[in-house]
Amino acid sequence: MTEPLLRLTGLTKAYPGVVANKDVSFEIQPGEVHALLGENGAGKSTLVKTIYGLVKPDSGTMTLEGTAFTPAEPRAARAAGVAMVFQHFSLFDAMNVAENIALGMENPPPQREIAAQVRKVSDQYGLPLDPDRVVGELSAGERQRVEIIRCLLQDPKLLIMDEPTSVLTPQEVAILFETLKQLSAEGTAILYISHKLEEIRTLCDNATVLRLGEVVGECDPKATSAREMAELMVGTKLHVPEKAAKPAGETVLALQALSAPAPHQFGTALRDITIDISKGEVLGIGGVAGNGQDELVAALSGEMRVAPDMVQFQGQPIGQLPPNARRKIGLLAAPEERMGHAAAPDMSLTENAIMTAMTRENLTTKGFLHWAKARRFAEGVIKDFDVRTPGPANAARSLSGGNLQKFVIGREILQAPDVLVVNQPTWGVDASAAAAIRQALLDLAAKGAAVICISQDLDELMEISDRFAALNEGRLSAPRPAQGLTVEEIGLMLGGAHDMEVAHVDA
Amino acid sequence: MITLEKRPQPSRAWSLATPLLAVLLTMICGGLLFAALGKNPFETIRTIFLDPLFSEFAWFYRPQLLIKGAPLVLIAIGLSFGFRAGIWNIGAEGQYIVGAICGAAVGLAFYPTESFIIFPLMIIAGILGGTLWAMIPGILRVKFGTNEILVSLMLVYVAEQLMASMALGALRNPDGMGFPGSRNLSQYPSAANLEIISGSGMHWGVVTALIAVIFAYIALSRHIFGFNVRLAGQSPRAAKFAGVNPAAMILICMGLSGGLAGAAGLFEVAGPAGQVSIDFNVGYGFTAIIVAFLGRLHPVGILLAGGLMALTYIGGEIAQSNLGLPLAAIQLMQGMLLFFLLAVDVLTNYRMRFGRRQVV
Amino acid sequence: MDLSAINPILLLASLMVAATPILLAAIGELVVERAGVLNLGVEGMMITGAVCGFIVAVNTGSPWLGFIGAAIGGALLSVIFGILTQFLLSNQVATGLALTLFGLGLSALMGQGYIGIKAPSFPDWHIPLLGDIPVIGPIIFQHDPMVYLGLAIVAATWAFLKYSRAGLILRAVGENHEAAHALGYHVMRVRMLAIMFGGACAGLGGAYLSLVRVPQWTEGMTAGAGWIALAIVVFASWRPGRLLLGAYLFGGVTVLQLNLQAAGAAIAVEYLSMAPYLATIAVLVIMRAGRAPGSLGQSFHASR
Repeated sequence: MTEPLLRLTGLTKAYPGVVANKDVSFEIQPGEVHALLGENGAGKSTLVKTIYGLVKPDSGTMTLEGTAFTPAEPRAARAAGVAMVFQHFSLFDAMNVAENIALGMENPPPQREIAAQVRKVSDQYGLPLDPDRVVGELSAGERQRVEIIRCLLQDPKLLIMDEPTSVLTPQEVAILFETLKQLSAEGTAILYISHKLEEIRTLCDNATVLRLGEVVGECDPKATSAREMAELMVGTKLHVPEKAAKPAGETVLALQALSAPAPHQFGTALRDITIDISKGEVLGIGGVAGNGQDELVAALSGEMRVAPDMVQFQGQPIGQLPPNARRKIGLLAAPEERMGHAAAPDMSLTENAIMTAMTRENLTTKGFLHWAKARRFAEGVIKDFDVRTPGPANAARSLSGGNLQKFVIGREILQAPDVLVVNQPTWGVDASAAAAIRQALLDLAAKGAAVICISQDLDELMEISDRFAALNEGRLSAPRPAQGLTVEEIGLMLGGAHDMEVAHVDA
Repeated sequence: MITLEKRPQPSRAWSLATPLLAVLLTMICGGLLFAALGKNPFETIRTIFLDPLFSEFAWFYRPQLLIKGAPLVLIAIGLSFGFRAGIWNIGAEGQYIVGAICGAAVGLAFYPTESFIIFPLMIIAGILGGTLWAMIPGILRVKFGTNEILVSLMLVYVAEQLMASMALGALRNPDGMGFPGSRNLSQYPSAANLEIISGSGMHWGVVTALIAVIFAYIALSRHIFGFNVRLAGQSPRAAKFAGVNPAAMILICMGLSGGLAGAAGLFEVAGPAGQVSIDFNVGYGFTAIIVAFLGRLHPVGILLAGGLMALTYIGGEIAQSNLGLPLAAIQLMQGMLLFFLLAVDVLTNYRMRFGRRQVV
Repeated sequence: MDLSAINPILLLASLMVAATPILLAAIGELVVERAGVLNLGVEGMMITGAVCGFIVAVNTGSPWLGFIGAAIGGALLSVIFGILTQFLLSNQVATGLALTLFGLGLSALMGQGYIGIKAPSFPDWHIPLLGDIPVIGPIIFQHDPMVYLGLAIVAATWAFLKYSRAGLILRAVGENHEAAHALGYHVMRVRMLAIMFGGACAGLGGAYLSLVRVPQWTEGMTAGAGWIALAIVVFASWRPGRLLLGAYLFGGVTVLQLNLQAAGAAIAVEYLSMAPYLATIAVLVIMRAGRAPGSLGQSFHASR
């Protein structure tokens, strides 16, 4: 066997209270597409940050092409031939594409040359990109291209990709995979981080599975079933949410030509959204991030006011109502960003319960707060939704992502809404918490409430939705029954591949 | 090497201990400063912090504590709401001045009529004056997105000029033989902010300050308004989601802090200062910012911090006359106190780790 | 009132002089804010620079050494702000206010023995040939060197931000500190350097007041100039070119009201003195600021 490109031996990194990586060892060969598989919190991010020089391991060694590899900072890692595409893009909104790319390079040539190189590389790999455009105005897919091109311009030996497909439509994913396969054929190794098993089965040559910071298995993804990999990853058998069959109810919420201008410079305008949602129904709304999801939630929660008739609740126009008036009649929402939007990180869980439950749970009299009652309500949420925390006096920021999300969703569900709007309910949440949240949403619908679930996770939407609609550049497609929809059909509803093209084979 | 590590939640113990630690550090550094100025540091510190309370002349200084502390506490209570909500009214000095002008103008308009209604009318005018002056940055922020920090501060300089113009023009004492300054309100019984118990320093401003502390305490701990203020400051987006109207929050907080600063101005001009004059304002509006932070924006803390800051004012004056300590040194020490407070505050939210060697 | 007493050429000439202290302080703050830091302590650093510059100049007899001393004094004071906000993660607004209060006290203490003394003179340059051009000569080419140094700093800052690699990194840190950190740039180091540059510039601006414009030391002599500099940075949408415009606009208002005072205008002196502050407010209201740097005012703590 030839010398591997990168060899990790016994990497360990501990943070106070948690061991992020424990004795992690594996190898990557040149030109190999290697998957790093694991749940949120399994230690994938810490591991790749170690390889990229952002985190120093407590113990363990790395070798790159046979020599010791101890990057003190990302600059050193880049110089050694390691490049990384981040999950949350490391881009600068107010700067143009060429400037963004220059920032990721060691010794960048003048801007004009960068622009020429960008055009060349983007043509070669089928990633069209205008170097003069301001990054803040690009779509998520285009932004990812900026990151990828930034890496490719440095001829990396190893390209690390952290959850690259979470922001792409299925068609865009197919194009990305062509590009990655072309790179791999040219000898570039790729470390591909994901928790999406089917993707890994299509793309990767080898997979290392992490659980709670430890390597729990290696496998050939093409020869292993998704189910086996999932069980390796989670460690237990997964509970698949049960969906009860139910007759269509009467319309409870209707959107009538809902339109709204973009709330800020890099926001999305809502355009002419019309849809009826009936009792007991789960409406899944798919779409790539940045296509109006936040704005739609804001228009429904009341954070953004629109013309009264645009939002109708049981026939009444409510588009002009503020958030608490909407809560009062039974329209509740849980926005995507947990820290700082759905919850206040520095406040206690009791206070976070007051935040949205004040009206429906009668937590005030003439403006005076009933702390004991609020605490009981928070305790109820913690108990019913299995939120792991010492008690309601703890600050929201002390909870893990999954636990806080359970609290946020539980807080709304326990208020018995008629309509519940959730945005990315299981984003960044571990599998068991995600399953519990999905089950809770289905149970709520079974009791007769309407649920609008906005998500980028198409598997999730297919699992729980009765009908599916796609949000694309602020427009909502006509809804279709979720049963029987194929991935291709969904992809087309999401806007297809926008203006991407497949990598040129001759390159 | 020292590394900072975020605590899962703010430490309660440290949030109480940091103000004391900051005072201690200020005393140490202040002592070094005094030594550098050629004074005996221990004697100077004792003069500033203890003499006003315990010396043989303490009977004279103790009432002064209330007189100097009341405006500081009153203004700081108002500011604390805005600061908690992330609304930075730092022009309290201007609102204090305008409150004084408006209140004094009402009183002087009645001169020499005697009536029990005059003083209450003056208080209302003072509050209104301060509120309206604070509403200028508030409304500009809401309507045009103008930075309230800069506008409220610019208005301090405008208010100072307005004060000068009043002292020299419209409100000048017609019997004052051309000297600048208005009639002395403290010698006009219906308009005077007199001591409730003679010789105690306890004037109506002190009473109002104490009431403000109690109301602020209840609002912050028991009422939805205080809850919304805290929420808006910690997570503006979450506050909007919870139904807090950001524009209303700005106007209420600006109005509240302006009103209390205006009231403080009125009580000062009708009592201890006595008249509208060019050198009426002595920086209470700025010192109150230190008081608000030193009291951790908590009403009871502000009460204690206001007392401490009043102490340094009085002690500073004693040190000036007895030891020849420049008054600027006291001002410097007050600034230092705020620095130390902000510096040690890191301990509330972060844990310090010393010398954990990294193994590579 | 005798309007003919106002000489338009002298008026325009003194405009450049009146604008210089604000321009110096504002260009420093512009760099600080482009790096993502909001330092509200400009007033404090300016007045400290004013007193440091004055003390050094009086004791050495050299205004140039005075300016160097002022820059060092302002930078040293800004280091306190830097340590507090960058290493101890204190709130930038509160720390900036503290810096101003501290600087006012410090300068008053330092300047005790220097009240009423006159600064050593700092002669104007009469630039040959250019200075002899009628009208334009006296307006633009007959000032003291600091006026031109100020302009040079603005031009250099513009070029630095637009064309240099370091300028690009500084903007990146201000735009998105998380991303800059992820790419391996030293957020704190860049910000500390920017803060110190801001302090030095504010110090120069303050010294220009005490050594050239007044030229004397009096307590609180900056009288809000630092705050006006902050306003001009917002007005300029964080762009050096517009900063120049803002500073000259402000200089114009100041000079005009002083001239009106001297000419015995029918308006009371106090109301004329309000003009610069009211003009600043008006400008803030009318001019809609562009987009602020993305990370402006936020603390950065590199976690996992």
